[in-house]
Amino acid sequence: MDEARQDIVAATPARPGVSGDVLLSARGLGVRGPSGWLIEGVDIHVCKGEIVTLIGPNGSGKSTTVRALLGLIQADAGVIERAPKLSIGYVPQKLSIDWTLPLSVRRFMNLSARHPKDAIDAALEEVGIIEHAGADVQGLSGGEFQRLLLARAMVGAPDLLVLDEPVQGVDPSGQIALYELIASLRRRHGCAILMISHDLHIVMAETDTVVCLNGHVCCSGTPQSVSESPEYRMLFGPRAAEALAVYHHHHDHKHLPDGRVVATDGSDAHAACTHPDHDHG
Amino acid sequence: MDDFLIRALLAGIGVAVVAGPLGCFIVWRRMAYFGDTMAHSALLGAALAVLLDINVTAGVFMIAMMGAGALILLQRRQPLSTDALLGILSHSMLALGIVIVAGMTWLRIDIMAFLFGDILAVTGVDLIVIWAGAVAVLIGLVLVWRPLLAGTVNMELAAAEGLHPERARIVFMLLLAAVIAIAMKVVGILLITSLLIIPAATARRFASGPEMMAVLAAVIGVMAVIGGLMGSFTWDTPSGPSIVVCAAVLFTLSLLGGARRRGALRGTG
Repeated sequence: MDEARQDIVAATPARPGVSGDVLLSARGLGVRGPSGWLIEGVDIHVCKGEIVTLIGPNGSGKSTTVRALLGLIQADAGVIERAPKLSIGYVPQKLSIDWTLPLSVRRFMNLSARHPKDAIDAALEEVGIIEHAGADVQGLSGGEFQRLLLARAMVGAPDLLVLDEPVQGVDPSGQIALYELIASLRRRHGCAILMISHDLHIVMAETDTVVCLNGHVCCSGTPQSVSESPEYRMLFGPRAAEALAVYHHHHDHKHLPDGRVVATDGSDAHAACTHPDHDHG
Repeated sequence: MDDFLIRALLAGIGVAVVAGPLGCFIVWRRMAYFGDTMAHSALLGAALAVLLDINVTAGVFMIAMMGAGALILLQRRQPLSTDALLGILSHSMLALGIVIVAGMTWLRIDIMAFLFGDILAVTGVDLIVIWAGAVAVLIGLVLVWRPLLAGTVNMELAAAEGLHPERARIVFMLLLAAVIAIAMKVVGILLITSLLIIPAATARRFASGPEMMAVLAAVIGVMAVIGGLMGSFTWDTPSGPSIVVCAAVLFTLSLLGGARRRGALRGTG
């Protein structure tokens, strides 16, 4: 790991709270579609070092909200504020690379800016695909490609990672491993994360704030408080709330990319699994 | 070697050097038909330039840009699919060009020279225009390379990370219009797209990165120009189409070579 990145880690508290420097915020955000408002009156903010997860049913405006926040689409109402010189790493929802474009994993890491080789190797190592560094991106599996997208987004040590459904196309056990990787990225680098999750049942415990969208903000807060709120239960039903709670735990082991299962060391914040009834696949 | 043949070679090489790298983006972005549409509008540009008594290259450049702009506007406002819009624009521009040229009975314009190129009639001034244009386009391409490539992979990713891919795309269209304007004399407007696409597609099988593919495409384009002109000189065939036939032969050979190479890699791996 290079020194610059260690500085960032040192400067950020290990578990930053929700209050702090606001990196990106919107008040009264609205985007109009061809037949009415896609989202309306959305208030959202992401602070330094915070993980904010957007959840909501299909068509609830999760991607629209994020795109408007990033300035990728024009907002029709509201105020968007961004910290000066905010650097962003982005994992888009859909990304496929045509065969006609020869692109190795290493070259892909340099797509939006040039990074030192050490930083690239460290990032690939961290997400567990360093052995594919010389391979063509088209040859990676779905899970490996999502890991590459994460590595590329974080290699420049951005202030904010924006992840639009980062686990899509990955099998369920791989999804949990990816969410754990995302959480560990925040712990190690102190970057804030704004994430869209389609999978209600694996909103991770590491999330500081869950924003539940359905055209507007239904409810928001800690994962626990959102899962208990009546608005959330109305939207997703009581079963979803139970599912959210089930995954509100830490694993006592992790799955390496090569399929090995190893125990996580005891220094982490968790001791034992509090939900013995679940399946570790 | 005759003077006119040397001039033809220099003109062809100048166009190929820049058409190859630009063509890579056309292949990567799946814009082949778009390039064709811009090229077809060139005849209209040439006809209007003659009519208004302005420089033909400048006229072609401006009309090609207007064609691209019209397409972008129509894409935003029309529910028709892009390929239908391209088909409409491409052929109506070409037809309008032919009608205007034929209508100007007081001027004798060799329409065949516009359609299929007239590389053996390249003058010293043409050479200066071609090489100055080629160098300018290459410099422009190098300047927008990173945002253009990032936008080719994913527009939203490039925009979110502050690279302004939309601006790079507009610059790319300007560069494409410039290449069409300088390539018209060499291969003619009907065959310009082939000089953009075939060397790039040929280079794909031998390239391990985007930059390498761009350089290889330029080299392969130069080989096609030299081979085509030599063939044209030897067998007295039309020069523009001969260059394209030579490029197609190189592409076919690359299919064989590429297949063998991959087989060898599999064998050792």
